[in-house]
Amino acid sequence: MAESAVPNGELALRRWVAGTGQSGLRVALFLVAPSVLVLALGPFLPDWLRIVPQEWSAPFVGWINAAVEILRREEIFGLFTFRDLTRAIANLIDYPLDFVEAILVAGFSESVPGLPWIAVTGLAIVLGWYLQGRQLGVIAGICFAYMAIFGKWELSMVTLSVVLVAAPIAGAIGVALGIAAYKRRWFETVLWPILNVMQALPHFSYMIPVAIFIGIGHKAGTIATIIFAFPVMARLTLLGLKGVSPEVREAGTMAGCTKRQMLWKVELPAARPTLMVGVNQVIMLCLAMVVLASFVGAKGLGHDLLNRLRSLWIGQALEIGVVIVFMAIILDRLSQAWARKEPEHMREGPFHVRHPFLTAGAAVVVVSYVMAAFVPALQLWPKSLSITTAPLWDALIDDIIVYAFDYLELIKDTLLVHVLIPMRDLYLMLPWSALLVFAVTLGWYYGGWQVAGIQALFALYLAFAGFWERTLITAYMVSFAVIVCVIIGSIVGIWAAAGPRRTKVVELILDTFQTFPSFIYLIPAIMLFSVNDFAAIMAIVIYATIPTTRLTIFGLRMVPHDIVEAAITSGCTPRQVLWKVRMPLAFPAIMLGINQTIMYALFMVVIAAFIGTTDLGQEIFRSKADNNAGKSLVVGLCIAFMGLMADQLINAWARERKKLLGLE
Amino acid sequence: MDAKIACRRVWKLYGRDPEGFLAAHGGDPSDGAIVADGYIPAVRHASLEVFPGEILVIMGLSGSGKSTLVRCLSRLIEPTAGEVLFDGQDLLKVPARELIEIRRHKMGMVFQHFALLPHRTVLQNVAFPLEVQGVDRATREQRALEIIELVGLKGRDRYYPRELSGGQQQRVGIARSLAVEPDVWFLDEPFSALDPLIRREMQDEFLRLQTMLRKTIAFITHDFDEAIRLADRIAIMNEGRIVQIGTPEELVTRPADDYVANFTRDVAREKLLTIASVMQAPAVGQPVSDGTVRQTDKVADVARQIVGSELPLRVADDSDRIVGVVSRARVLDMLFSREPDSGG
Repeated sequence: MAESAVPNGELALRRWVAGTGQSGLRVALFLVAPSVLVLALGPFLPDWLRIVPQEWSAPFVGWINAAVEILRREEIFGLFTFRDLTRAIANLIDYPLDFVEAILVAGFSESVPGLPWIAVTGLAIVLGWYLQGRQLGVIAGICFAYMAIFGKWELSMVTLSVVLVAAPIAGAIGVALGIAAYKRRWFETVLWPILNVMQALPHFSYMIPVAIFIGIGHKAGTIATIIFAFPVMARLTLLGLKGVSPEVREAGTMAGCTKRQMLWKVELPAARPTLMVGVNQVIMLCLAMVVLASFVGAKGLGHDLLNRLRSLWIGQALEIGVVIVFMAIILDRLSQAWARKEPEHMREGPFHVRHPFLTAGAAVVVVSYVMAAFVPALQLWPKSLSITTAPLWDALIDDIIVYAFDYLELIKDTLLVHVLIPMRDLYLMLPWSALLVFAVTLGWYYGGWQVAGIQALFALYLAFAGFWERTLITAYMVSFAVIVCVIIGSIVGIWAAAGPRRTKVVELILDTFQTFPSFIYLIPAIMLFSVNDFAAIMAIVIYATIPTTRLTIFGLRMVPHDIVEAAITSGCTPRQVLWKVRMPLAFPAIMLGINQTIMYALFMVVIAAFIGTTDLGQEIFRSKADNNAGKSLVVGLCIAFMGLMADQLINAWARERKKLLGLE
Repeated sequence: MDAKIACRRVWKLYGRDPEGFLAAHGGDPSDGAIVADGYIPAVRHASLEVFPGEILVIMGLSGSGKSTLVRCLSRLIEPTAGEVLFDGQDLLKVPARELIEIRRHKMGMVFQHFALLPHRTVLQNVAFPLEVQGVDRATREQRALEIIELVGLKGRDRYYPRELSGGQQQRVGIARSLAVEPDVWFLDEPFSALDPLIRREMQDEFLRLQTMLRKTIAFITHDFDEAIRLADRIAIMNEGRIVQIGTPEELVTRPADDYVANFTRDVAREKLLTIASVMQAPAVGQPVSDGTVRQTDKVADVARQIVGSELPLRVADDSDRIVGVVSRARVLDMLFSREPDSGG
C-alpha cells in the first residue's frame, strides 16, 4: 500500500516495527507478543473472553431458519411461495437432463435406443483426435472402453450427462455475471466478495439449501452442481475481460465499434484464453460436485461410491473410484486441448474434405447403430462379460491388514497419543480473544487498517457464531494436516525442481492427481486406517499436498536464470544456491501454495467428516440429516471465513514480499 | 490553408476533480498548484495543427504525454479542457453516435503492439473496420485484398497473426487502419517494437505509401532519427507540454531550449541542413569560384564540391539569382565542430 496515505504516527510505528538490523526479532516480538500474552493469560481471563457464552452467541442459525421458513411457507409472490418458484425453475432442468441422458444411454423409447457404447467411445476418439491429435484420441477411447468393459457404463453415462448439462449452464451464468460486472462498476464491487465467499464455502454448504428449496433427487444434485461451479467462470470472465490489452480495445474503438460490437467481436474473443481456463475449471468442478451431490440424491457414479463406502466394500468402491478418475482425466484432457486449440485453415474441397472430423463422427454413429442392431453386446456391454477387479482389491486389502495392521496401528496410535491429542488439547485452550488480537495485528501490519478490519469481522463471526469449540477442532486438524503437507510438499518440490526431467514427471503426476474429485481421496485413507480422525487427516494430507508441491516447483523454477548464474560465479555451492538464493526468491510463491493447501484442507475436512470426525464438518453433516439449512450455512461460513482469513493474510504478506523482491 | 485536425489549449489531468480544479485556477494552473493538489498532468495546454497531406511527428520520451495527446485528438481519451477541431468541427461536442461514424469513415490508427485480433486471419483483421460498418462480405473482402496487396502482404491473407513476423504483423495493422480510406491517420509508435533493420524498411514503406496516399498524419515516436526521417514538421513534448513545433531544420538550428537542443546535438546535420543555413552574404570584390550550388541543396550532397574548391562557391536561389557564397571553411566547421554555429 502507498506509504504516503498512511498517517505519520502510524508510519513511525511501522518503521519502528520493521526497524533496521535486528528487524526479524522486532517483528516477531511486536506481532506475536500480544497474542502470546493473551494466550498465556488464558487461564486468568474471564470466561467470556475465552469462549463466548452460548446465550451471547448471535442466533444466526435461528435467523436463517426463520428466513427459510418464510420463503418456504409464506406466499410472498401472492399466489405461490418462493419454494414453489425455485421448484418450478428446477423442473425446467429435467428437460435437458432427460434429453442428454436419453441420447447417451437411456434411449427415448423401446424402438429408439440411446447411443451404443461403441458409438460414444468412437465419438470420444474422434473428438480427442480433432482437438489435439491421434494420441489423445487413443486415450479417450481407452477411458470410455474401460467404463463399458468394467460394467460401469450406465452409471458413467448418467454422471457424464449431468456434467454435460450442468457445465454449459454454469458457464453461461458465469459469463453473464462476469460481463455484467465488467460493464457496471457497482455490480463488480458487490459481486466480487460474494464470489470470494462462495468459492471458499465447502461443497456441502450448497447442498442443504438446495435440498430444502428443491428437494432431494437427481435434479437437486444437478442444481447444486451448477451453483457450485458458476462462480469460477464469473471470476475468470471478469479477469479475462479486464486483461484485454488496452490497445486492442482502442483498435476496436477506432474501427468504429459500437458497445455491443466491441464486446462480442473484440473483447470476448481477445479474452478467449482466460475464458477457456474457466471452461476447463467449470467442467472439473462439475464432475467433483456431481460425485458429492449423491448426498442429495444425484444418481450416477457418486451414488454407488457412497453406498459402497458406507458398507465398507472397499474393493468395489475402489473400482468405481478408478472409473471416476478416468472420467476426470479424459474430461480434463479434452477441455484443455480445446482451450489450446488454435483456429485452423480450412481445406478446399467437398464437405468431407473441409470437415473431416464431422464426417468421421457421423460415420461412427451410423456404423455403430447398424452394428449394434446385429450384435447386442455393442449396444450395452453384457453384465456377464463385465470384468471386475473388486475381489482382487479386497484380497489385497485383507493382506495389507493382516501383514501391516500392527505397524499401521502403531503409527496411528503413536501419532495420536504423542502428537495429535496434545495438539488438540492445546488448541482447545485457545481463547477467541487471542485469535482476534493475533489476526488484527498481523492484518494491520501487512495490509493496513482495511485488512485488519476484515480480519476482526471474520474472527468475531467465528467467536460469536456459537461453534467455537468445533472451529478449534477443525483448526487443529487442518493445521496438523497443513504442516505435514508443507513438509512433504516442499521436499518433493525441491527434489523435482532440481532438473527439467524430474519437473516434467512430477508435474504430470500432480496435474493428474489434481483433476480427481476430492471424494476419491477418502478411499485409500479408509482402506488403510478404517474410519477415524487419523484416516480423515490422512485423506486431507493426500489431497492438500498438491498445491504446495506445485508452487514450490513453480517458485524455484521461476527464479531468474542470471541470478542463479551470479550466485554460482560468486562461488556458491549447490546447497548454498538453493538455500541462500533460490529458496528466498521462491518463498512468496511457496506461501501462495501453502495458502491453497489450507483452502484444500478446509474443503477436505468437511468431506472427511463422512468418516467420523468431531469438527465443523460433522456439524454440517448433522444439519444435513435434519435438514437444518441455517446451521449448515452458518457452519459453512465458519469454514469459509477460516479459509478467507488465512487467504487474506498470506496474500497481503506475499504482495508486500514480492514488491520488496521486485518480483512484481 | 485550414488545418485538417487541430487542438487548442488541450489539458488532460488525472485526479479527483480535474474539471473543477482547472476552472478554479482560471484554466491555467501553475506547476506548483498541480503538484500541491495531487493532480497528475498528462497533457498541459497543448495546441497544434496538422495540415492536409502533412506528416506531423509528435516526439518525446516515455511519459512526456505524446500518446495521451494523440488519443485526445482521436477522442480515445476525453480531454479535461480545450478544443479538438476536425475539419473545423469541435470533436469534443460531437455526440457518441456521430463520433462512431467519424471513426468509421475518416480516422485510422496504427498501434505500437499491433493490436491485431488473434482469432481472425489477416484478411478478417483488415476487413474488420468494414465489417463493423456493415459492409457486405464480398465488398469488404475485395477491398481488404487490395490493401493487403498495397502493404506488400499479397498471398498471406489467410494467415493468422501468430504465423507472421513482427514487421508483417504491423503491415497488417497498417492495412487495417487504411481499410476505410481515412483522411486522418494516427500512428502511435508503429515501429518501436520492431528490430532496427525492419524498422528502417518499414519507414521506407511508410514514406512510399504516403507519397501515394497523401494522408494527413499524426505520427508518434520517441526516436528523434525516425522523426527527422519522416516528418514535415515535428512537435517536441516534455512533461505534458509542447516545447517546440517546427521543421527538422528549424529544431536543429534554433532549438527552443536545452531539452530540444539535447535531442538535436547528435543529429547528422549535414544531411539535414541546407546550404542556406551555412552560406554568407556575398562581399563586394570577394573572389569566387565558377561553381554554383543551390540554397536548397542539403550540405551533405554538395560538401565534396565545396571542400574540393579553393575559392568559395556561389549560392543561387530557385530563380537562379545569386543570394550568397559558401566557403570550404564554413562547411568544414559545420561538419566537424558540431557546434550550433550557423550564421548566414
